[in-house]
Amino acid sequence: MEAMHECKHNPGFMRDTLVPMVGIITDIRTETPDVKTFRVNAPEGGKLFEHLPGQCAMVCVPGVGEAMFSITSSPTNKEYQEFSIKRCGVLTEHLHSMQVGDEIMVRGPYGNNFPVETELKGKNLLFIAGGIALAPLRSVINYCLDNRENYGEIDILYGSRSADDLVQRKEIEEVWCKQPGVNVHLTIDREQEGWDGHVGFVPSYLKELAFDTNRTAILCGPPIMIKFCLQGLKEMGFAMEQVYTTLELRMKCGVGKCGRCNIGTKYVCKDGPVFRFDQVDELPNEY
Amino acid sequence: MQELINRAKSLLESGEVARVLGWRKGENVWDVEPAFFGNVDELSDFVYNGFCGANLSKYMIEASKLEGKTLVFLKPCDTYSFNQLTKEHRVDREKAYIIGVGCEGKIRVENIDAAGILDVIGADYPGHAENLTVKTLYGDKEVSYKSAMLERCHVCKGKEHMVYDELMGESTDTIDADRFAEVAKIEAMSPEEKFAFFQSELSKCIRCNACRNVCPACSCRKCVFDSTKFDSAQKANTTSFEEKMFHIIRAFHVAGRCTDCGECSRVCPQGIPLHLFNRKFIKDINELYGDFQAGADIDTKGPLTNFRLDDCEPDIVTKRG
Amino acid sequence: MLKIKKSDLAALFARISEKNDLFLPVKTAGKTNFAAWDEAADVDLDTLKTVKSPKDAFFPQSENLYTCNREDGKLKVSPEKLTDEPFVLFGIRACDVRAIDVLDRVFLSEPVDSYYAARREHGIIVSYACNNPETSCFCKVFGIDAAVPAGDVVTWMVGEELYWEAKTEKGEALTAQVRDLLVDADVATVEAAQAAIRSIIEKLPNSNLSLEGWGAEAAKTRFDSPVWEQLYKPCLACGTCTFVCPTCQCYDIKDYNTGNGVQRFRCWDSCMYSDFTMMAHGNNRTSQMQRFRQRFLHKLAYYPANNEGMFSCVGCGRCVDKCPSHLNIVKVIKAFEKEGV
Repeated sequence: MEAMHECKHNPGFMRDTLVPMVGIITDIRTETPDVKTFRVNAPEGGKLFEHLPGQCAMVCVPGVGEAMFSITSSPTNKEYQEFSIKRCGVLTEHLHSMQVGDEIMVRGPYGNNFPVETELKGKNLLFIAGGIALAPLRSVINYCLDNRENYGEIDILYGSRSADDLVQRKEIEEVWCKQPGVNVHLTIDREQEGWDGHVGFVPSYLKELAFDTNRTAILCGPPIMIKFCLQGLKEMGFAMEQVYTTLELRMKCGVGKCGRCNIGTKYVCKDGPVFRFDQVDELPNEY
Repeated sequence: MQELINRAKSLLESGEVARVLGWRKGENVWDVEPAFFGNVDELSDFVYNGFCGANLSKYMIEASKLEGKTLVFLKPCDTYSFNQLTKEHRVDREKAYIIGVGCEGKIRVENIDAAGILDVIGADYPGHAENLTVKTLYGDKEVSYKSAMLERCHVCKGKEHMVYDELMGESTDTIDADRFAEVAKIEAMSPEEKFAFFQSELSKCIRCNACRNVCPACSCRKCVFDSTKFDSAQKANTTSFEEKMFHIIRAFHVAGRCTDCGECSRVCPQGIPLHLFNRKFIKDINELYGDFQAGADIDTKGPLTNFRLDDCEPDIVTKRG
Repeated sequence: MLKIKKSDLAALFARISEKNDLFLPVKTAGKTNFAAWDEAADVDLDTLKTVKSPKDAFFPQSENLYTCNREDGKLKVSPEKLTDEPFVLFGIRACDVRAIDVLDRVFLSEPVDSYYAARREHGIIVSYACNNPETSCFCKVFGIDAAVPAGDVVTWMVGEELYWEAKTEKGEALTAQVRDLLVDADVATVEAAQAAIRSIIEKLPNSNLSLEGWGAEAAKTRFDSPVWEQLYKPCLACGTCTFVCPTCQCYDIKDYNTGNGVQRFRCWDSCMYSDFTMMAHGNNRTSQMQRFRQRFLHKLAYYPANNEGMFSCVGCGRCVDKCPSHLNIVKVIKAFEKEGV
């Protein structure tokens, strides 16, 4: 990450990483009753900055607030960046009320990334996500699909409360499901009219699917889902070095200085958000 | 002091109380800290001396949520706070076993003003001394007990405990000043002088919230200054007026409920005489509604939360000038 | 070595302020804090510890980062102008100078905080040796010599004279601006004063506090210790310790609506505050014990783990003096020593 970057809108002015860029919302998709995906472009078109899969950015509405969100679009997308945002607080409430053409502020990218060019390369991949947590994994999944030759078999296990709460359903059905060597396993918590897919919680479906350990797992979801999925993976024989996740804590600066997102010696904004589970095990139990 | 420890031990051993809330000795004679003692062994660190200024009433809010009774040691002035908290349903009288302890005036170590202070002799309980012998790295010095006392002790509310289960120890008369003299002095100032006085005091504020957090009257579960929806956040002054606003809003909020325990001024790292705001309200309440002392009992309705036909009219503000 | 009479200090300050903003300990309403110098300022070089540390000079309690407003219907972000004028910080004690090193490692590490960096670049530190160390001081524990502070210029008050020695290029340049007010002086006098200071330091009760067991390893070995449960209870959850601390660097970023725009400002925050880690959907430090533990482990374990063993405490003792409940880092260190964990 660079200390200061040239600001495209103020040529010649070196600015601090804490100062955001203005972005334009160019598309809003309603994914579920409480999740929308926002497409963001620079005012003159194109992307605000380049990022790597798993990285995050601070999204800000002046006078309302600022928070860290994972960038859900893949770096292979050269036209725009996307954020899938669940309505759950003051800022997200406001973002949900915004329209195409509205301006927001964005700074980043922040944090580390999934090791798509190193440890994940050449591996079979198992993505496990619950609810809104598909957002950070989507950037990796699409990165892998766009560089298909670099990865082996890809399994995507994704679940949510109901069929209406599955985010990116169109892309899942129209793109992911049609890719060779990609198996998508969807599940919802309870029976629902019009749903003929699997019903049950993600951890129990994971056990039913009984994957062999010749793959690297990438796990993201609510804490309770992570806990039981991790237990399931262990029972299947997965080593902690084979499982990745992303963590999320309160952040203000995004660069490891404001002092609040640390878990022991690690700052989630800077040393994370991506952690391997053997690294997570080393952290004190405060997340 | 041993008597207090012995009594606490027997109450713990008999099972009458589940824990003891008192003061624990520190590294030095002056840095005693409020503490819960869960068993007889821990009581070996119990201390009661001239440096036990901390008012333990507010800790009883948390203690009221615990299983069993808590033995709490309260000085006469602390009992006003306890009563007020009982009245506001923030502490549970049934959960407290109150030993009213004697008080000989409490010391503010800053008032001793001795660099390299190593020990203070004469602040023990019982055994009140006219003069304290202060041992320092730069030689010994004598300080009168009175000059070392907290402001609130000079205007002590009296030796009587307002609530207790039993009493231990004697109290000393410490009053040597008029409670409202400082307020009257400020009232006599011109508006410009008043403004300058408060500006110079309040501009020292570092927004640490020690005054609020120690205040027994500030017992809201969530303070308005901690709200994210309020432009005036608790930790920074967004404008030069804001530190004044924080203290003024707080003074208004505790008006009629503040017992004048003086904890706000005791803990302020910048030595701001915060009690003057509260005491101005108390003086006005006394003048406008008749003498009233918050926390003197748990039944009397507070003048600001009660309506009487003979209450003063709002135009009193202009009439008084 | 140069010197100036104490009675001529006003002239020295006036000279410095001709070309630099000057900040130094000033007594206002009975308390001494660093403030801008002017002729009416009640300069107080006798009080050992200012209530607030001088960290404000580089990392102010509250500072504007940028302003947003609408121009021709478009959102415009105007970053705050960075400090570009020289300023002198006069009278900083050895512990507080070291604290600036601690802050440097946070704010000057990548990505560099440009607001802080600009102030560091333009700030000139004139430090001041401690003639009268106090009981709460324990800087020696962190290898700090109160008799010879770091800084661009180091000064000593010996009797009625201030001794002056430039240590860096910046210090030499400042010395050149005031050279005619200073006269040549004898090093031996200062050396004698230094020896006297060191002999007092040796007698301080906490000068030989043991830091055994602290450092990176404590992040693991002491996180789950039952000692935290015993220690935290009197904590009022106020921010006094963090706000008087010279090394506490946690901050918040907030908005202020000016009426025709939004100012985004940064202000000191405290890990002791209940909302510090609160998110819309959860909080990973819900108890005061956790928040209390965070503060001390940050200073004594997490920071050293990330900074080659350097502690983020300098032993200034302000928390020892100011905690309303008389809790402090010395008590924490001693409690662990006593429990042997």
